Amino acid sequence: MKVVVDLNRCQAYAQCIYAAPDHFALHGAEALVYDTAPDEAARAEIERAVQACPVRAITATSDVPALMPHKVGDR
Amino acid sequence: MTAPTEAPRQIVIVGASLAGLSAAHALRDVGYEGRIVLIGDENEPPYDRPPLSKQVLRGLYSAETSLPQRADLNATFRLGVGALGLDTLAHRIYLSDGTQIVYDRLLIATGTRARPWPNGAEAASSNVYTLRGHADAEHLARGLAGKPRRVLIIGGGFIGCEIASCCRDLGLDVTLAVRGALPLVHALGSVTAAFMRDVIRDRGVDLRLETEVARFQPDADSRVVAAILRNGQRIEADCVVAALGALRNTEWLAGAGLAVSPKGVRVDTHCRVLTATRAVVPDVFAAGDIAHWPSAIYGNRLLAVEHWGNAVAQAETAARNMVAGEAGLIPYDHLPDFWSQQFGLNIKLVGLPTGANQFAVVQGSLRDRRFIGVYGAQGRTVAAVSVDSARWLPAYRAAVAEATPFPPIVGALDQADIRPQPLARAVS
Ligand SMILES: Cc1cc2nc3c(=O)[nH]c(=O)nc-3n(C[C@H](O)[C@H](O)[C@H](O)COP(=O)(O)OP(=O)(O)OC[C@H]3O[C@@H](n4cnc5c(N)ncnc54)[C@H](O)[C@@H]3O)c2cc1C
Ligand code: SF4
Repeated sequence: MKVVVDLNRCQAYAQCIYAAPDHFALHGAEALVYDTAPDEAARAEIERAVQACPVRAITATSDVPALMPHKVGDR
Repeated sequence: MTAPTEAPRQIVIVGASLAGLSAAHALRDVGYEGRIVLIGDENEPPYDRPPLSKQVLRGLYSAETSLPQRADLNATFRLGVGALGLDTLAHRIYLSDGTQIVYDRLLIATGTRARPWPNGAEAASSNVYTLRGHADAEHLARGLAGKPRRVLIIGGGFIGCEIASCCRDLGLDVTLAVRGALPLVHALGSVTAAFMRDVIRDRGVDLRLETEVARFQPDADSRVVAAILRNGQRIEADCVVAALGALRNTEWLAGAGLAVSPKGVRVDTHCRVLTATRAVVPDVFAAGDIAHWPSAIYGNRLLAVEHWGNAVAQAETAARNMVAGEAGLIPYDHLPDFWSQQFGLNIKLVGLPTGANQFAVVQGSLRDRRFIGVYGAQGRTVAAVSVDSARWLPAYRAAVAEATPFPPIVGALDQADIRPQPLARAVS
């Protein structure tokens, strides 16, 4: 998958980290680091993170578009 | 000149990176169904750069930072192909593979590249690096993985500081050589820059201020072993990163008769490029790091912004205007903003501190390393910075956008203690 976070928008609510702890983390108190290319197997978690973000800062797409015809997290 | 009357059928985007891809997405968002061709001289599909200096260098997660592309983008990518020339009368672009392409609308999104170390022979040493692209990041990451005894970073801008931070995370000794009196001072002003100086030193970086590197000392294999400063001092280092800022990729536009300068390609408020005589070229647009644009919010001051948020927003406006008729043109009105992550801190800024001569901490404190600060110029609020306080920044964004009197009173926060202080020098 491909993931990008608009970090101007991100307010470090950390919801994505609860949803997908292996793919999002804080460096220090609120600097978000994240997996830019998670494995397809993590799709459900990543989708949960996208939905959980209160400011809709996360955009993710599947590398297997047939499985996910629409981009997740339409900004 | 008026807008072209025919609806476009072929839109060409030169520069297949953040602005280019954002524009392509926006074209589909507004229902454009014609052809989109993206021409990019890098060999890979559009990728995100900010993680390069924050994650990729320290081997966090993946080295792949390709940007998400919507499945129905339906764009043609011509990668590894550079644009060499532009003829705006013939609507034609000359490409490095010997072919040409014609456009109904063109978006110039060729961004910037790293300013190289000025001595070409020294710059070519195998342990002298710059950082702009994905290949640069992987190359430097390999260099850092070789456990150099000391990394010397030249340049106290965001990229230099972020690289220094990664080096510390990797447990490497690092010297950061900064020409001015403070790191990050152009972007953040003297108070926040002095705060960062202390943070950087606390985290174990050998920060040298008012320090200029004159030349490098090579060994027999012409690998750098030390740098010699202007004052004659010598710093031993077996990995050198030149983080000297960026140069705009405008060379391919030479001869096209456009208003081009080191600050980029001049555009009007609708993102349409201007000729050398300041006439609008109605079918050629520019966006992102390459654009030199008038900001309505800041009294039509011309801005050259090198930030992620501007590339996305400006590309979206340019895309909409590429398919709009003359009557449908929308002005580009964007409050500059950016973030940086370094030394475990999340730094965010909105607005333009340029010209500010006052600063006030309005929330938190420098001592706690958590605060919001606002910048004042001529009694108006012109920018706000947050350090590990991102949640409260949007409240000040509004004050900045409206240029409310300085210092702004926002919401019901207890701000009894605000003591504005002068900035050492107006932020330049
Ligand atoms: C390491 C790094 C970290 C960053 N971190 C942050 C951050 O934390 N926050 C922030 O706000 N911003 C950050 N930025 C800035 C942000 O990445 C840029 O503002 C953004 O990439 C600009 O996008 P762009 O598409 O305008 O230009 P670019 O990304 O520079 O893309 C231009 C593209 O055009 C190509 N090109 C050039 N000339 C030609 C030609 N003649 N023909 C064909 N193709 C050509 C280039 O190779 C490149 O692929 C960072 C930048 C870097 C390098
Ligand atoms: S949930 Fe959204 S706002 Fe919160 S940390 Fe993640 S990306 Fe940022």
